Amino acid sequence: MGLLSGPEPDVAADAGHAGPPPRVGFFTDTSVCIGCKACEVACKEWNAIPEDGLEFTGWSYDNTQALGADSWRHVAFVEQPASDGDGGIRWLMASDVCKHCTHAACLDVCPTGSLFRTEFGTVVVQEDICNGCGYCVPACPYGVIEKREDDGRAWKCTMCYDRIGGGMEPACAKACPTESIQFGPLEELRTRAATRLAQLHVAGVADARLYGDDPADGVGGDGAFFLLLDTPETYGLPPDPVVTTRDLPAMWRYAGMAALTLFGGITAVAMFGRRR
Amino acid sequence: MSESVVTREGSPRGQRPGREASPAALRGGKGSVVPDAEFTSYYGRPILKEAPWAASDIAGYLFLGGLAGASSVIAAGADAAGRRSLATVSKVGALGAIGMSTVLLIHDLGVPSRFPNMLRVFKPTSPMSMGSWILAVYGPSAGVAAATHVTRLFPRLGATSTALAALTGPAVATYTAVLLADTAVPVWHEAYRELPFVFAGSSACAAAGLALTVLSPSRHASVRVTAFLGGLLELTAARRMRRGLGFLADPYRQGRAALLTRAAETLTAAASLTAPFVRTRRAGLLCGSALLLGSALTRLSVFEAGRASAADPQYTVIPQRLRKQQQTKALPPPAT
Repeated sequence: MGLLSGPEPDVAADAGHAGPPPRVGFFTDTSVCIGCKACEVACKEWNAIPEDGLEFTGWSYDNTQALGADSWRHVAFVEQPASDGDGGIRWLMASDVCKHCTHAACLDVCPTGSLFRTEFGTVVVQEDICNGCGYCVPACPYGVIEKREDDGRAWKCTMCYDRIGGGMEPACAKACPTESIQFGPLEELRTRAATRLAQLHVAGVADARLYGDDPADGVGGDGAFFLLLDTPETYGLPPDPVVTTRDLPAMWRYAGMAALTLFGGITAVAMFGRRR
Repeated sequence: MSESVVTREGSPRGQRPGREASPAALRGGKGSVVPDAEFTSYYGRPILKEAPWAASDIAGYLFLGGLAGASSVIAAGADAAGRRSLATVSKVGALGAIGMSTVLLIHDLGVPSRFPNMLRVFKPTSPMSMGSWILAVYGPSAGVAAATHVTRLFPRLGATSTALAALTGPAVATYTAVLLADTAVPVWHEAYRELPFVFAGSSACAAAGLALTVLSPSRHASVRVTAFLGGLLELTAARRMRRGLGFLADPYRQGRAALLTRAAETLTAAASLTAPFVRTRRAGLLCGSALLLGSALTRLSVFEAGRASAADPQYTVIPQRLRKQQQTKALPPPAT
């Protein structure tokens, strides 16, 4: 069995795939996102995701609101007062997606084996296995996966498993007009992201930072990582997520002690009350 | 819309949506663990998704599983001590409770017809998978134990299944704490050390409560002590849990969860303290009902606190932000 947390250089091999292709991922560079939502539309089209409500929120241009069973890409919009103090605004846009964690809590806790690790290192739900227990939903530290109300099963981004298996890039990356969404081998994306970050720092964008790129973080690094221009929580992302199963051995230990206490306590009381 | 102008903190100016104000603990009030923490969110939206579980199904399942598990231990003890009527109540009660809890569990599934998929894999990283296997051993054992006891047939098989149910029962009662703790829900995950003990105590109270309601006082002497000790364990562990959670325990102090917690603890404390002195049938009925209700409310309060802690992004963001600040302090500044 593989590790529950920490760096894991070969996720697919660890999951039992023999001679897997290189792990692929997304690098979403939010500094060039123009908020066109082509990714959201392309994703819905390709994956035949049902409509899930048309609502005006008043949150800048964001009416999608969050990732969920029926939104596998979500473009966040944040309007901030510009730092020049002239009353202008800075407009942040970021296309969020399932992180395809190295240590994916959704996959770890799935009791049916419906969620699995693909040969590409991504995390996918098998819709013909999922029985809708919903355990993956509160397990995800990013709040990505969700149960679809009308069919009762859990749904999320597959990183277009059908497309990448055929040598094509995922629909969102294909549709992105600014290459804010980049798809490719994860190692290559990490190098590219580091170059881009250095470039922005030299250009004076001190707020630029990578998010989810570090294999030593709480989820072992994300398969889909980001370049952000503000703190993660500004975009609705957790600042330092940790896979819940990291602590699972300790949890079982404490539950074992509690079970022994229950057994021992009741048995001892019964023995004292024994008829002599 | 004027609210759409967001501050640098990412939340609409002059208000923090979905919340009156930051909790007292955050501002350095009594019992504070978090000094003035900066908190940012995306339009006040939760980061986590709430568990898509109905409280009546899953809190009910936690309660009934605990009742069944602890009843099976009491039943084995009653057999050993030669108390047949106590064994009858506990064995039949355990079977009824585990039967009902399984129905609730299946009812809560999005695709109930795929319930058998629970036994498709054996997966130690999934508490729900392990729980399904524990139930697959416990359920039939409890069933055979009850059937052989009532019919007085196959006494050997009865003794074996009684023992097996007593050995796996405590696992049924406490694994559910791991089920909740193994999520990203802050108030559940961070309580993983104490929650199993809360559930163990609560289960003992429920099982003792069942015997107290049904039996005449001369037949439940040992159970009265169990009720007392169970209550002591539950209340002590719950107190420790909330202290350990620090400001993350705020969901237990506000709204519905606070009401449920107060009701549960009052009932459990009152009933388990008076249990040793129950000498009449009516007192037993009253005390036993209070224990059962208290145990059910305990599970509901934990369930509700979890819902509230997932729904408010501050419980997700603030601890992570503080952890990150500590890490940065511990490390030398990055060379840029």
